[in-house]
Amino acid sequence: MASPSPSRVSAEDAAGIDVGAEEALDWFRKMSLIRRFEERSEEAYGQGKIGGFLHLYIGEEAIAVGAMAALRPEDDVITHYRDHGYVLARGIDPKRVMAELYGKATGLSKGKGGSMHMADVRRHLWGGYAIVGGHIPLATGLALANQYRKLPQVVACFFGEGATNTGSFYSGLNLAAVWKLPLIAIVENNRYGMGTAFERVSAIGDVYRKASAFDIPGVRIDGNDVLAVRDAVRRMADRSRTGGGPQLIEAMTYRFRGHSMGDPQRYRTKEEVEEAKSRDPIIRWKRTVLENDLAMEDELRKIGDEVDAEVEEAVRFAENSPVPDPNELYNDVLVPE
Amino acid sequence: MPQKTYRDAIREALREEMIRDERVLIMGEEVGVWGGTYAVTRGFYGEFGDKRILDTPIAEEAIVGTAIGAAMGGLRPVAELMTINFSLVAMDQIVNNAAKIHAMFGSQARVPLVIRTPAGWGQLAATHSQSFEAWFAHLPGLIVVMPGTPYDAKGLLKAAIRSDNPVMFIEHARLYGVKGEVPDEEYTLPIGVSDMKRHGRDVTIVSYSRMLHVAMGAASDLAKAGIECEVIDLRTLRPLDMAPVYESVEKTHRALIVEEDWTTCGMGAEIAARISHDRFDLLDVPVERMGQVEVPMPYAKNLEELMFPDEKSVAQKVREMVA
Repeated sequence: MASPSPSRVSAEDAAGIDVGAEEALDWFRKMSLIRRFEERSEEAYGQGKIGGFLHLYIGEEAIAVGAMAALRPEDDVITHYRDHGYVLARGIDPKRVMAELYGKATGLSKGKGGSMHMADVRRHLWGGYAIVGGHIPLATGLALANQYRKLPQVVACFFGEGATNTGSFYSGLNLAAVWKLPLIAIVENNRYGMGTAFERVSAIGDVYRKASAFDIPGVRIDGNDVLAVRDAVRRMADRSRTGGGPQLIEAMTYRFRGHSMGDPQRYRTKEEVEEAKSRDPIIRWKRTVLENDLAMEDELRKIGDEVDAEVEEAVRFAENSPVPDPNELYNDVLVPE
Repeated sequence: MPQKTYRDAIREALREEMIRDERVLIMGEEVGVWGGTYAVTRGFYGEFGDKRILDTPIAEEAIVGTAIGAAMGGLRPVAELMTINFSLVAMDQIVNNAAKIHAMFGSQARVPLVIRTPAGWGQLAATHSQSFEAWFAHLPGLIVVMPGTPYDAKGLLKAAIRSDNPVMFIEHARLYGVKGEVPDEEYTLPIGVSDMKRHGRDVTIVSYSRMLHVAMGAASDLAKAGIECEVIDLRTLRPLDMAPVYESVEKTHRALIVEEDWTTCGMGAEIAARISHDRFDLLDVPVERMGQVEVPMPYAKNLEELMFPDEKSVAQKVREMVA
């Protein structure tokens, strides 16, 4: 297990949690950034400035932030389409993420990907994919390349519980298990595939038990507990990195907003949503930080203000950025040879 | 020049590229221990080992998806699909990933991947006898190569493996035993260049893959009767190189496309549309197309034999066009 860097003040002895103050605040900042970014995106969507689909990550922030905290910067990440949280958690400039949502030339993918296809390949973020389950075999392939090239990095592949009923889930993870590839499958179980409750359409309701189909370790964790996510991903990544083959984590969470914009949410009650909000991952982490004396209330408030300013700056940047040049339409189809 | 089979030409291309570039690996059903369903990779497993010759389960979406991911991650995989019919199981990976990843992420990622797969038939009935090249040629972001001769197969496969783009390399099961001249010296051929296979002045026949041989046979027969066909082999179906077709039509004023797929929305439909639009004034007769009868392939041998144009029917069509 990687130890905290010496410059960090470890609160482990005092409070029994293995997180330094600096890191604790960084997680709080990142989760708050994702939350604020998503709220602001929703607003811009309502103003018609963002088009297409917009799948918000609100309520699930602890998974992206906890996982990125456990992964190394050179570890490969590949995700499903509810993907804004991962890029922000990896520390990618929110200006370029917002610009991508706005369809501007300054966006991560030059305005060609949009909400569902956020990538920053230089930072080993291989993109969001919008066909459910379709990126799981790609993760297997990235892991194969790492193993073949004897690189030490693992691949973290994120997807929702709905993807675990696709053929790609079975065929992709089967091959990864056969070849003992360095791959961690992180399943965000937010209980609904669009509007259909998972247990209504899945023969096995516990995703972690599906790991037994591949004879690989599978665990269920509280996905709204950033520390639990960090610990599980770190443990699984260490094991996978050292030849332990693929691992599966089922992170239980809940999506506070609709599937995408304009979801009437007939499939769940207001009470259920309110009850889930009592387990808000940001409020929980804030409480832990305060209870363990990792920060004072006003420090957290200051971070909140800074995040608000950062998101406003991202919006300004996106608003003021140019749209792609019409000639860009014809670029990027094939690599010029 | 040495005579080699289409199969051996492809084997040589794969083997040479495996030796030249350590990033090249082969994956697919029965490519290793078995030696390839059509014996294309026979002996490779012993020569290159199980790290570079990867036997996979029968799961085409995983074969292609994994190969795409490996290509993104810096390798140069050659994925084999046992027959083109099974590409349907991998269609999401080919269409939504292989052909899109470079564009969708604004050039951030590359997919230097070759998918090798044979078309073909032989009393295999409806699901195992299909020609889907037009489906793939429909897709921006994908290169589609369909060689008809051993020489072209070798040179184009080597170029495909060296390409930084995803290439659908469609072979033909009934061509594996066909012989042709293939030099022992190293060579590659440019992707996206059509080739004139026979000179003529009366009718232009545009073809590719196995139907190229039917067209060439018909052209030989017709020559005996004084009718000279010019035969253009497309070789690459996307991007299409129409220049040699147009040059030929400027001479012959007549064009016939002979293909193995169904003509409705097939490759010939695209060729005919382009000729008709771009050389409309030069045509003495309408552009003609010949392809597979528009029914699912039957099993019975006598019915199967009625499915495709042959040398006789192509020659007959040409006679009608010059009459």
